[in-house]
Amino acid sequence: MEFDKELDASGLGCPLPILKSKKSLSDMASGQVLKIVATDPGSVKDMQAFCKQTGNELLSSVEDNKTYFFFVRKK
Amino acid sequence: MGATPDVDVIDALIKQRVDEIFSQKLEAKLAELKASKTPSMTIIATKGTLDWAYPPFILASTASALGWDVSIFFTFYGLQLLKKDLSDLKISPLGNPGMPMKMPFGPDWFKGINWNIPNAVQAVIPGFESFATTLMKQTISNNGVAGVEELRAACVEGGVNLIGCQMTVDLFGFTHDDFIPEVKEYCGAAHFLPMAKDADVTLFV
Repeated sequence: MEFDKELDASGLGCPLPILKSKKSLSDMASGQVLKIVATDPGSVKDMQAFCKQTGNELLSSVEDNKTYFFFVRKK
Repeated sequence: MGATPDVDVIDALIKQRVDEIFSQKLEAKLAELKASKTPSMTIIATKGTLDWAYPPFILASTASALGWDVSIFFTFYGLQLLKKDLSDLKISPLGNPGMPMKMPFGPDWFKGINWNIPNAVQAVIPGFESFATTLMKQTISNNGVAGVEELRAACVEGGVNLIGCQMTVDLFGFTHDDFIPEVKEYCGAAHFLPMAKDADVTLFV
């Protein structure tokens, strides 16, 4: 999937993946896509809730060998 | 002579129709209000130890990332969390049977041991709290958990309203200069309660 910016949140615990995602998104333009890499299993549900609350679109959420990849389109 | 309309029947029909329209309108209006309202949260932070510094700062920084309006009212020992230097925050395993005592280093079998040290022993060993704090900080760092400073900075950056309880500032002999300048307000219960009343979420930590 195409993306405009990548955030590596590997090794970080709750709530850092969300806080850093929020920060990365704030520097981006509407419609751009942020790729987030995380290893916190809690980030799957957290990212869903974060996107629902903030109106950003969670395009994809996949796991590969305990690493989680999220693609979020900025509102 | 035309038929006289039955007033009671007409009234009942009008009432039924008005109720239907009103219910529909009300539901739509409530949904609209709910969608447009910014959620808000107030937290009362009363603990001044390293472990209890986490819940208010984690919840507040996360809520601000979700776009919520957040205020934290720091009172009693919670004031420690507003100090300029947070490196003094300690953790105490004494009298805390819920706290696992595990070593953050060494081989896995060693890290897995829960050191069940009796209170009576913990209480007489000088520096036991500092020792436990050092181990906890290492565990926090090993697990990629943010430091308290980092979370507090995230709160400040996210616009979380940090409020100090003036009564406990005076009670413990602190001055406003002991605390970070981002604390914009010092107030009492009467100022905090109306904020809590209007908040969607209020937590006591």
